[in-house]
Amino acid sequence: MKHDVLEKNSILLLICALVVVSIGGIVQIAPLFWVDSTIEKVQGMRPYSPLEQAGRDIYVREGCYTCHSQMIRTLKDEVERYGHYSLAAESMYDHPFQWGSKRTGPDLARVGGKYSDEWHAEHMINPRSVVPESIMPGYPWLAKTKLDYKNIANNMKALRTVGVPYTDEMIANAVQDVEAQVDPDHDEVDALLERYPKAKTANFDNNSELTELDAMIAYLQMLGTLVDFATFDKSGPNLR
Amino acid sequence: MKKEIDQVTGTETTGHVWDDDLRELNKPLPRWWLYTLYATIIWAIGYWIAYPAWPLVNDYTKGVLGVSQRATVTQKIEDAKKAQSSSWALLESTPLDQVSGNPELLRFASASGKAAFGENCAPCHGRGAQGFTGYPNLNDDDWIWGGTIDDIQTTILYGIRTDHEDARSSEMPKFGADEILDRKQIGDVTEYVLSLSNLSTNAESSARGKELYAAQCVACHGENGKGNTELGAPNIADSIWLYGSKKEDIMQTVHTGRGGKMPAWESRLDPLTVKALAVYVHSLGGGK
Repeated sequence: MKHDVLEKNSILLLICALVVVSIGGIVQIAPLFWVDSTIEKVQGMRPYSPLEQAGRDIYVREGCYTCHSQMIRTLKDEVERYGHYSLAAESMYDHPFQWGSKRTGPDLARVGGKYSDEWHAEHMINPRSVVPESIMPGYPWLAKTKLDYKNIANNMKALRTVGVPYTDEMIANAVQDVEAQVDPDHDEVDALLERYPKAKTANFDNNSELTELDAMIAYLQMLGTLVDFATFDKSGPNLR
Repeated sequence: MKKEIDQVTGTETTGHVWDDDLRELNKPLPRWWLYTLYATIIWAIGYWIAYPAWPLVNDYTKGVLGVSQRATVTQKIEDAKKAQSSSWALLESTPLDQVSGNPELLRFASASGKAAFGENCAPCHGRGAQGFTGYPNLNDDDWIWGGTIDDIQTTILYGIRTDHEDARSSEMPKFGADEILDRKQIGDVTEYVLSLSNLSTNAESSARGKELYAAQCVACHGENGKGNTELGAPNIADSIWLYGSKKEDIMQTVHTGRGGKMPAWESRLDPLTVKALAVYVHSLGGGK
């Protein structure tokens, strides 16, 4: 073997080492971009509404993922406890995704609609007020902090550059959509629901101010509610 | 390349030389190590054949064993259901009000209901169904929307004040916020309400409140304050208070109304789980 050449030329050695190491990465990662069955075809997925996205940003900011995953694994106890196993399609607009298996708290992939808005508000402010044995910290400042959403359109533009299909119309109406989602009597609720079907409109924290708690609860209440499992084909290419 | 032999050990060297005379012996790998490596390679090839492994253009190799995690979990859940299928079938065919007549079925339904309760209901109603302020205690016999087993099942299925068309729904007027009563009148009517359970401390105010009660509250809460489960109007003449029995708690209720919500479980739990839950909740002690 003529490895003398490699041993005496560090740049050549570096290039060859990179080529060899990247083979493993390419074999594992690259096919995900073309193998059709990596993301199921489902009905109902849509990008997050601006308020939900704002809530998601707070979820990430507060580090909720350090205790809560959003991934129901294909294990009997998880499916029986949390509901249908998570599909890849359900996190296709997530940046960053919230998968994981470390659960100090329960998985939240399908927490949407499970508890009332009032419960979430009380639970966020002081978890022990409704679940005495809970070890979750309270997040009382969410209820006192006004939501900073005037620049939410920029967040959506950034997400669009990484593949979330926000339309120009969605971006143009972002601020209005945030305001409509916390006010069921808002004139533009119908327009919001047309852009974001199944979005829940409510005064989530029962407080006239538009707070971070509103955004957080809006996000929690939609988790796992989008995909229509009545139309999901569990067999064929989706069986894996 | 010409082979160099180390004089001392008689072993071939790699030909690398450092500091004029340091040479590296070219010793073979230990056999056990080498054979383990070969074995892992053979194992890997076997794995590629047996299990899903290689990505292709549009698909991936499925493996001859046809292993699928999604199929496996579906099968496991079906098997577990099948193991209990006779009990579930009996629960399905037994009318709700007759479940308690069969001790074995009652035990099965209560146990299944308890498991579902722990995951789905306990966060609001508490582990022991003892409730919290704003979330009713399910152990007592004070039922806002009715405590028969059918009532309980209906409440679980469609929830309270949800978007579901069959949901139980009613709204207490916001007597203060909507300026139907002024602050003094709210104080009077609250004293009267307190007097129904002998908690009033101001007879004069209570007497004034009686008239207001007759005019504004009787339609739902009844003449004696016994409430009306058809309307979800709680009994306000007993000592059980969902939002507290202090004067300011009740004044707050009269001021803004309350209107607690409970989610509908119809779309989240299967009908038999809901049935088991109804049996469990009914059996907690307060079922009618």
